[in-house]
Amino acid sequence: MTMKARTNEPIFWSLFGAGGVVVAFVLPMLILLTGIAYPLGWLPEEAFSYDRMMAVAANPFGKLFIFIVISLTLWHGVHRIFLSLHDFGIEKRNWQRWLLYGFSAICTVVTAVLLLVLPVQP
Amino acid sequence: MSAPNSYVRPMKGWWLKHPFYLKYMIRESSALFVTVYALILLRGLWCLVEGPDAYAGWLEALTNPGLIAFHFLAMLLAAYHTGTWFAVSPKVVPHIYIGESRIPDAFITRIQYVIAIVCYLVLLVLVAGV
Repeated sequence: MTMKARTNEPIFWSLFGAGGVVVAFVLPMLILLTGIAYPLGWLPEEAFSYDRMMAVAANPFGKLFIFIVISLTLWHGVHRIFLSLHDFGIEKRNWQRWLLYGFSAICTVVTAVLLLVLPVQP
Repeated sequence: MSAPNSYVRPMKGWWLKHPFYLKYMIRESSALFVTVYALILLRGLWCLVEGPDAYAGWLEALTNPGLIAFHFLAMLLAAYHTGTWFAVSPKVVPHIYIGESRIPDAFITRIQYVIAIVCYLVLLVLVAGV
């Protein structure tokens, strides 16, 4: 009997799954608010004002929300894009994994650093 | 010499040949849209750190009609993802029993819709209630 080589698939699948939950429970409304309602002037001017967003980003729960939404959505997206390569007849290669997951990892770090740079005021 | 196994079925446009395939591709395409949306949010966070002027520029950029159209599509695809996600999740979560009877799949799907609507309303009230 030979041992099966371990894979890192469960890690990326978990991030994909967690991201899928975030996309389902948050994104439809968040996209409507930031991408459609606010630019079209359906919301009060202060809804996404600089001071208000600084206050959200200063709050620990606000920081956590921003971090989860950006990073998990990305992990979800890149995993699905990676799997979709196959649907277009592109053979799966390891460098594609490195490129997509690496991109997602870099963006996660950048998000965390930006949130840490902003002050904390509970 | 002939190569008996050299035939490769062409893949071009396969997903247009059956409604099931098309729905699958619509669902998968949501990934590209939500990824770009997350990057737009990341850019917003970046501008927030840069300062009031940069952040005002980001808000101004969001009013671009092309970007509003993008967000409209992204919203529809995220909502489509949501429907498919809730439909398959009963098959992923562990079986939950109340006494002897298992909670039916349809209930798990429906309760997620209820929770999602509550989440959307909370977000809406938090953002719009200035």
